Amino acid sequence: MTTGSSAQVIPLHRSRDDEAQPAAPREHDAPVVAFPGATADTEQQEQGDPLARFLTFLRHRLTGDYTVDEFGFDPELTDTLVLPPLRVLYEKWFRVSTHGVANLPAEGGALLVANHSGVLPIDSVMTAFAVHEQRARHLRMLGADLVFKTPLLGTLARRSGQTLACGPDAERLLRAGELVGVWPEGFKGVGKPFSERYKLQRFGRGGFVSAALRTGVPIIPVSIVGAEEIYPKLADLKPLARLLGLPYFPVTPFFPLLGPLGAIPLPTKWHIEFGEPIPTDGFAAEAEEDPLLIFNLNDQVREAIQQMLYRRLSQRRSIFRD
Amino acid sequence: MPPNIVLVTGVAGELGGRLLARLGNNPELERVIGVDTSAPHPDILRRIGNAEFVRADIRNPLIAKIISSAKVDTVVHASTTCHPAGPGRRMAIKEVNVIGTMRLLAACQRSPLVRKLVVKSTAAVYGASSRSPAVFTENSELIPASSNGYAKDAVEMEGYVRGLSRRRPDITVTMGRFVNIIGPEVDTVLSRYFALPVVPTVLGYDARLQLLHSTDALNVLECATLQDKPGVFNVAADGVMTLSQAIRRAGRVELPMPRQVMPSVSRLLRGARVVDFSSDQVRLLNFGRVVDNTRLKDEFGYTPRWSTREAYDDYILGRGLRPVVDGDRLAELATTVDGWRVKQ
Repeated sequence: MTTGSSAQVIPLHRSRDDEAQPAAPREHDAPVVAFPGATADTEQQEQGDPLARFLTFLRHRLTGDYTVDEFGFDPELTDTLVLPPLRVLYEKWFRVSTHGVANLPAEGGALLVANHSGVLPIDSVMTAFAVHEQRARHLRMLGADLVFKTPLLGTLARRSGQTLACGPDAERLLRAGELVGVWPEGFKGVGKPFSERYKLQRFGRGGFVSAALRTGVPIIPVSIVGAEEIYPKLADLKPLARLLGLPYFPVTPFFPLLGPLGAIPLPTKWHIEFGEPIPTDGFAAEAEEDPLLIFNLNDQVREAIQQMLYRRLSQRRSIFRD
Repeated sequence: MPPNIVLVTGVAGELGGRLLARLGNNPELERVIGVDTSAPHPDILRRIGNAEFVRADIRNPLIAKIISSAKVDTVVHASTTCHPAGPGRRMAIKEVNVIGTMRLLAACQRSPLVRKLVVKSTAAVYGASSRSPAVFTENSELIPASSNGYAKDAVEMEGYVRGLSRRRPDITVTMGRFVNIIGPEVDTVLSRYFALPVVPTVLGYDARLQLLHSTDALNVLECATLQDKPGVFNVAADGVMTLSQAIRRAGRVELPMPRQVMPSVSRLLRGARVVDFSSDQVRLLNFGRVVDNTRLKDEFGYTPRWSTREAYDDYILGRGLRPVVDGDRLAELATTVDGWRVKQ
């Protein structure tokens, strides 16, 4: 635990550490060489597959023959309509690279906790895409009630596996062995001004810690670098925000000056790092009733994310390149 | 001690009437009395066996006299209307729901012979909003969606029932919070709603629906009457459907409308005496409601035989609903296109 009066030394350059860990999985996989005989066949299937899959999807939609879970999650819709458009954003626009994928469990529940930023919560969507890309699992994200109050957005959020950020929902998902993503900074994080980028805000009231403690799942700290610069928020038009019922109304160099064009995010280079899991099952039975323990764990997670952020930032040469 | 003399309220309703018929044909019960302000359907009356029907209002002091003179030991309160199928007079329904329940409970408290009380409540007591959890358990907070709707009545009614069980701890109280009931024969607000050729929905919202087959609802009430199952239970089928999915399965046409015009639409539908569209109902169509039925399965010991989707399909089949837009035929078209493409 990182308490005490002495300042903690954060290792900024981990080059030596990296060398010392030969077993750490490299992000760049070895090129896969396909068998010569199989290429033609698979290629044809690859070409035919998307349309056939789409037609099957269409058939299911027309007859209402699909299943949603109790949270309203519709895996078929998510895989067919939601994830493919995000791939362009993920691969081409933000060129996301992921680190520490080995820390993501292949099965069983875990709580992913990440920094939140970027005016629009694109970082959460990209994290979900990264998890799906790396582990073929759906990240069940916890969102604010504003999301579910908004028409269309609320429905889309539920269909793609999100649910309200509240204790009962989080615990239910974790007990069911799902990967749950939470952004405890909330609106304070998404709407932080450009000058405060990569400075973590208060981590809520630690509700996510008690959810993890109750269910005994590990907490995986996640740092997202790059998202904090996509919309450099310079000012906040508070009266307009109040009028529209929004938590803030951002002013960036391009928005609202350029209108809808200003809503295009800057093509920053992103890094998503999954940190070492923090176990929560080693505590006494009544641990979730101990507020001090919850605060300590909360600080530990926050500290872990802040360190990962600083480390990654120090290695970064430019906002737009590696 | 097994129940002997049973009193069922609300037997003019579909569920109450069928429960009366079931209990009336049970040879182990000495006497079964059904009360309501109007007579049950003639079909039910023909089938009630040994049961008797007494035309009485539960708001009337007469009900206390019936309970004490007939030596009733088990009271089944099934008359609360939480989702009236057709437009009714709001105040009249509230009278029966709240004042009727108070009177009935007062009579139960006074009669030392009453040992068991079974109450049919509704899952609407949990409300439905953007701030509600996705799945409600029996311990969730009760926040009715509107301050003057039927759900509010149900919350008040539950409060009176809790008061009774505090004052008379010897009475076994079973409270079932039923989700929307559907089935081939029952006339509920949702069965009327999905029978509309063009179904108005709230634009931008696709609620999650959880239903219960009417036979399962009947089984649960019967089981609670014949056995001792104290506690509060969510009564709901497994599985969830979305509203748009349900509309597609019935082959209806969905008509999304902005939330702002919903009140006028509901007034129109009420005025045309088609379907009651209370504000609770609109909230349900907005956000939906799903409850956890684990306690029903584990503690109560009843697993609903129909899932939400099966119950709904049974309703479509039983009602003989002909699709307005045939999804199957359109799907066949997609298959034809697919086959043609593969040939190419």
